[in-house]
Amino acid sequence: MPLVKAGRIVDDPYVRALDDAPIPDGVPVIVPGPRFLADASELVARDAPVGVLWPNDRRAAELEPWLGDLALIALVFPKFRDGRAYSQARLLRERYGFRGELRATGEVLRDQFQFLIRAGFDAFEVKKQADARVFTEAAARFSVFYQPSTDGRLPALRHRLRGGGPAVKARETL
Amino acid sequence: MYLYDDLDRTLVAERVAEFRDQVARRLSGELTEDEFKPLRLMNGVYLQLHAYMLRTAIPYGTLSSAQMRMLAHVARRYDRGYGHFTTRQNIQYHWIKLAELPDAMADLASVGMHGMQTSGNCVRNITTDQWAGVAPDEIEDPRVWAEIVRQHVTLHPEFSFLPRKFKIAVGASSHDRAALRIHDLALRLYRNGAGELGFEAMVGGGLGRTPFLAKTIKPFLHKRDILSYVEAVLRTYNEFGRRDNIYKARIKILVHELGAEAFAKEVEAEWQNIKDGTLALDPGAFADIASRFHYPAYERLDDSPRELTDARRADRLFDSWIGNSVIDHKVPGYAIVTLSLKPEGGTPGDATAEQMDAIADLADRYSFGEIRVGHEQNLVLPHVARRDLLPLWRALDAIGVATPNVGLVSDIISCPGLDYCSLANARSIPIAQEITRRFRDHNLARELGRLHVNISGCINACGHHHVGHIGILGVEKNGEEFYQISLGGKGDEDAKLGTLLGPAVPYAQVADVIEDIVAAYVELRERPDELFIDTVKRTGIEPFKERVYAAR
Repeated sequence: MPLVKAGRIVDDPYVRALDDAPIPDGVPVIVPGPRFLADASELVARDAPVGVLWPNDRRAAELEPWLGDLALIALVFPKFRDGRAYSQARLLRERYGFRGELRATGEVLRDQFQFLIRAGFDAFEVKKQADARVFTEAAARFSVFYQPSTDGRLPALRHRLRGGGPAVKARETL
Repeated sequence: MYLYDDLDRTLVAERVAEFRDQVARRLSGELTEDEFKPLRLMNGVYLQLHAYMLRTAIPYGTLSSAQMRMLAHVARRYDRGYGHFTTRQNIQYHWIKLAELPDAMADLASVGMHGMQTSGNCVRNITTDQWAGVAPDEIEDPRVWAEIVRQHVTLHPEFSFLPRKFKIAVGASSHDRAALRIHDLALRLYRNGAGELGFEAMVGGGLGRTPFLAKTIKPFLHKRDILSYVEAVLRTYNEFGRRDNIYKARIKILVHELGAEAFAKEVEAEWQNIKDGTLALDPGAFADIASRFHYPAYERLDDSPRELTDARRADRLFDSWIGNSVIDHKVPGYAIVTLSLKPEGGTPGDATAEQMDAIADLADRYSFGEIRVGHEQNLVLPHVARRDLLPLWRALDAIGVATPNVGLVSDIISCPGLDYCSLANARSIPIAQEITRRFRDHNLARELGRLHVNISGCINACGHHHVGHIGILGVEKNGEEFYQISLGGKGDEDAKLGTLLGPAVPYAQVADVIEDIVAAYVELRERPDELFIDTVKRTGIEPFKERVYAAR
């Protein structure tokens, strides 16, 4: 599954240590949420970055005490149409101030890229190679946004109030 | 009318380009039908029994004549020459080809129309009173608020994959003409005791297999807080709404399972975190949206022009149409005219391309180029000078949309049913058609007074049968179509769910049963002006039950 960061397909430095798998020394590791919470102080004291794979049915607020120590939070889209992780992502970024890598995993298709970016994700485990290859293009499908979100883009309402008119290229209109 | 600017147009054009890419990927096999499904649904594209169906939004039910002509064009060019107006201020085309969908959408986009979020598990088309901006009892034009909310939830990055669909309605008058209490979230603008304007927020209404009326969770919300509160409700629902069972995924189940009070508390806690943030609405933002609603330049006209009073006296048919389909406008000299899409033997809510074109022309001539679509599946010309009513009536009559049955027994709300819909258990349209034939005598229908018959072809309740004065629900029993009848439902400010009358009856008996119920009402009513719904309320369903089942 290709990993996309900053618009490019990159190698994933993280190793996943699921459930009881041993945690290798000196290697960035992602552990499941319950395991992380059980051994959190020990895990964050390691000499390599630690990330958590956080389920989409638990409140993101549970991670709040550890956000400064976590290098990565991977949120889950078990199905394309299950959008809980969008709320978790926005809360982690906007309310709890998480600055590390926020990774989208699971059913991640090109049709979500722009939503994911707007909700604060900056890393994407893309399901299909073809989607990963067109990331930059698919992530720029829309140039107008109606609502403020994590990405800080100005919504249309604010654009209009600034009196500058459309901040987009003139297109064929009515 | 709300006038789109370059920003709005750009967004719609970008959406068409995105959908074109998605259709191309589906046609090439790059996307499976499973992967394509949520994408097409969010553009209003369903796969039905015979073909793809395209649902196009008519935000808050307002259409320009140019938009109506485009709807006619799409019907003619891509469909079979007609369209179906729905109970949620949308229009549906039932015979569209997948490969042509992007072109149909591009044509619609050229007049600022689209199918965005008319389906799928996202915030659907925002609906409101079809008389918004012209009703005498209105506090403020609710469409401005509907537009503010519409923009906020359009392609919302957080709320495009909710547990289930989410319907919002906005109302701003004492009479509820938007069926507020059957919505997932309803916002009612009113003036509180201190004289301030604000919203009552109600959540968890909805029909379907587990019908609920929405409960008030915020008695008074300042106007400035409308977006932050909507956001808090949606976030709470997105995080905690059930996703394990599609039938329990609507917000009404979450509200019911948690209890309205506990749900309100969750929302309140979330809202406190965000209410003073970027979503707080300043007067400038409101004024900007409001400024792009354009209102007609009304003239000072006589409210009872001579030509009207003379014509009413001279022509009884015209007079009865006026009495039935024309109501007061807030501006003297003008009237609100309802165009019945319920002719005898017709399909409720259907209009042909020719009718749409003709209505667009009449709107230009008599209604400042504006048309409305209401949840009762009729059309409205909202600004007609009273002196023009006679020529307008003649023109409407000539195209078959002047049946004087608005609000009467043959003004039936109906879903498409098994004739089109893959979810349906039974046909709806032929039942509606037969009832309109039984009650073809308009004098009789007028004497019966206000009587709403609502028909759904399955438990999903698209025909709002729970809130029909008489509700008809199609079910399937051993491979045959049966119909449950309920009485006493209401969708207005005193909303109430109907009570089941008794065992379901077979297809062939439905129209007879409705006639029996109506006959029982005529015998039971205390005065000629006691409405059907009031008689049912007074007597309960027992006497009706006896009448219907004694002979069966």
